[in-house]
Amino acid sequence: MAESYRAEELLIAVVCRLLEGSRHIAVGVSSPIPGSAALLRRALDDRIGGTGPKVSVIGAESPEFRTDGGVDMFDCAGQGRVDAFFLSGGQIDGEANINLVGVGDYPRQKARWGGSFGSAYLYFVVPRVILFREEHSRRVLVPKVDFVSAPGWSPAGVYRPGGPVALVTPLCLFTFDKARRRFALASRHPGVTLERVRDETGFDFDAPGNVPETIPPQNEWLALLRGRVAREIADPYPKFAARVFGAAPAAA
Amino acid sequence: MTLQLASVDALVADLADGAVVAAMKDTSGAPMALARALIGKGVRGLHLVNMPTGGLFADVLIGAGCVATVEGGGVSLGEYGQAPCFVRAVKSGAVRPLDTTCPAVYAALQAGEKGIPFMPLRGLIGSDILTHRADYKIVDNPIAPPGTHDPADRAMRDPIVLIPAIRPDLALIHAPLADRDGNLWVGRDHELRILAHAARHTVATVEQIAAGNLNADPLRSAGVISALYVDAVALAPRGALPCGMAGLYEADGAAIAAYVQAAATPEGFRAWLDAFLAGDTPARRAAE
Repeated sequence: MAESYRAEELLIAVVCRLLEGSRHIAVGVSSPIPGSAALLRRALDDRIGGTGPKVSVIGAESPEFRTDGGVDMFDCAGQGRVDAFFLSGGQIDGEANINLVGVGDYPRQKARWGGSFGSAYLYFVVPRVILFREEHSRRVLVPKVDFVSAPGWSPAGVYRPGGPVALVTPLCLFTFDKARRRFALASRHPGVTLERVRDETGFDFDAPGNVPETIPPQNEWLALLRGRVAREIADPYPKFAARVFGAAPAAA
Repeated sequence: MTLQLASVDALVADLADGAVVAAMKDTSGAPMALARALIGKGVRGLHLVNMPTGGLFADVLIGAGCVATVEGGGVSLGEYGQAPCFVRAVKSGAVRPLDTTCPAVYAALQAGEKGIPFMPLRGLIGSDILTHRADYKIVDNPIAPPGTHDPADRAMRDPIVLIPAIRPDLALIHAPLADRDGNLWVGRDHELRILAHAARHTVATVEQIAAGNLNADPLRSAGVISALYVDAVALAPRGALPCGMAGLYEADGAAIAAYVQAAATPEGFRAWLDAFLAGDTPARRAAE
């Protein structure tokens, strides 16, 4: 019988499936769910006797997750040595443009966020960028972003080995079609209808006739998550680990 | 040379209004003791370069009215949330944001340390960062391999962005150690070397003075900023508080959370600042 699971665990499983085959996964600041997904990917790969991906967490203190600093992180991504990364946005639009700067006319905007950080570079050079946002609403998923921190696609001739592959929200998984510059609904999470996704999404997207339901995390994944991954994620994200898994750092 | 230790205030005594100053992100040693000196001096109109992002140090300087322009990848207090003074100042127009992406700040300072006019950087094309950065230029890659570079074919130009060099007037650093010869040890925050190399002048507060010459130890010399680049040093134990110093002390999370709450209003920030300038913070009391 399938065990019950938390909403966070479902999202971790969804992101983890998108990371298959990655050799080096980088995780940005304030990204505990993507970070847990990367560590679950590593645990799964290790289990089948493979070599799990290297996981780097920007800003982490522990030697295991540290990079040699920001310059190293960006240089290594520029060479193609980072396979997967995660980005988010205060606004994300239907062409996968992301806005981390603010709402209204720049620069004196009516809402101002922190800034674009590494997005305007990493979105171009990391082949598998997964967009992740814990709020699925028309406020966030807009027809057109007010400020393009980083564009979802680039015209021919612009160096762009990287870009978005998917958008994961609490309601569903969208995949991004680079050629058509559009999202397609790949699965809706258990209990979520297509109508609800449409109601709460401000941009147009494609949907097949019969949208499958997201596969819940299997028991084996949940065991790994609540064991090894919970201990590991408590290092960079102690508050998250305590809240979701009731876990303390492995070597605290 | 034997280092003459200065007072923290003396490190910034000659700094002119409108200067370009730069500091590294809070987790690489926030120069909070220097922030106190800058605000106490009443400096105005600074162009603050955050390498590559700003946090509490930047927010306090902005709130105190020292900054006219803030350049970098972003300003945020991380898990504590938005930087309240930064947000307020940008929305009101009190501060001009020069938004960019983190690797562009590193690239600009690397060009600065090399003494070259610019550094090319991938990415950025098609972003609104570029729309608002008239100083960034797009050129066609002049050394693209044959067959990929045909100026007649728009799709084959391989456009790339040039980031102008940044040479700050003054780099502000808080480091774990200095020696009597004026060398600074920055350890794993070795990117501070780029900052000091690029800046015309560098001043530092340090936790401690080391015995001997830091360059004599091969394990430490890789993390040394040579005295050649260092103008003056002052002792400021726990000078990064309420931010942390890797390996020495943790950030004072309660104090940062209290800052976020206080700085939610200009009046609240003023009261916080008065206590900060007086050195009367919970973290300092706890340290004493």
